Amino acid sequence: MPTREQVYTWLEEVKDPEIPVLSLVDLGVITDVQIINNEVLIEMTPTFVGCPALDFMKQEIHETLNRHGIDRVTIDVTFRKAWNSDLITEKGKAALKKFGLAPPPSRELFTELDVLEHATCPRCNGTNTELRNTFGPTLCRSIHYCNTCREAFEQFKPL
Amino acid sequence: MNETALKELLYKIADDQLILGHRNSEWTGFGPLLEEDIAFSSMAQDKVGQSHALYQMLQTLGEKDPDTVAFMRNADQFHNCILVELPNGEYDFSLIRHFLYDTAEAIRFEMLSESSYQPLADISKKIRAELRYHTLHANTWVKQLGSATEESISRLQRSLDSAMPYALGMFEESPFEKDLISSKIFGGEQALKERWIKKIEAVISQTQLRLPDWKALQPVTGGRTGKHSEYLQPLLDEMSEVFKIDPTAEW
Repeated sequence: MPTREQVYTWLEEVKDPEIPVLSLVDLGVITDVQIINNEVLIEMTPTFVGCPALDFMKQEIHETLNRHGIDRVTIDVTFRKAWNSDLITEKGKAALKKFGLAPPPSRELFTELDVLEHATCPRCNGTNTELRNTFGPTLCRSIHYCNTCREAFEQFKPL
Repeated sequence: MNETALKELLYKIADDQLILGHRNSEWTGFGPLLEEDIAFSSMAQDKVGQSHALYQMLQTLGEKDPDTVAFMRNADQFHNCILVELPNGEYDFSLIRHFLYDTAEAIRFEMLSESSYQPLADISKKIRAELRYHTLHANTWVKQLGSATEESISRLQRSLDSAMPYALGMFEESPFEKDLISSKIFGGEQALKERWIKKIEAVISQTQLRLPDWKALQPVTGGRTGKHSEYLQPLLDEMSEVFKIDPTAEW
């Protein structure tokens, strides 16, 4: 049987279906991996309760681990350790920015809507930006406009 | 733990979220501007997803699977309040209902994040964080349109006046109210209503809108015990139309 570390490395191959540069591990939705009696037990939690990509992610985990010769996999979806945007790793945040999606500001700072008003543009790193909509193309993104680049961009929402 | 009381509580919350989620989804493609189209569609997705998670919790307590529960019941088996089943009307009514409902729902999940039933406390913490975007959205637009033009103010005022008796129906007490409070599953409708009134007043006082005299209002109740308006069954028929063609289909 593989070690926990080995399973985590394999899970790095499974990407968020809506953000193909971000692995589920860097997204922070894998909350535990245990290996008990030749079985891999994975605990995961969705970013948003209504996230439609959850079943797809579970299927991808099964397929990826099967490719590595692991057949006995149980995935438990739970809210015991609920997801929040601070769980995205630094590596994950860098990947988001490179993808053109502004990483979320720390949720500690998100006390008023104003925090979202001047998101940092992932292209020019400037903050001469405006919030256009707290709701975007997926549940986890908001829409912004950069006055310097004169282009719209999206931000991963703090939650 | 009183399981019957817990189930009744979960059903009414999940049904509220499902039915308002469906109403919100009716704005998809029809919003007064693209941003609002996306906002109501996103809130629909959140709410339907949250109802699904609560129906899953009910399944762990011995109820049927979420699809069967959502699509195979008739109106008189639903526990949602009447407010959420009313037709969308024009944008002003949908906005006011969104404001009145989501303010209450955010407080409800905040209270439930302290629930003695741990799975409910866990998911409530999560939902409460998501609802923050819904209440921010509602507050922003109510404050803006509630102080903008004569037309926007009078439209919101009319919708506020007509929605308010239904909004008070959100707090219709369950027969298990005392059980829920004493077992610390939920702090109760009365406590929720008191906190809700304060929040509503805090936002409306920043606009040119007037709140009705609370004492003179007669709440429209019945939804929690399956006595609904004429609008719920047609909504359910439409929502379940595809599912019912072949309930055994694998999607």
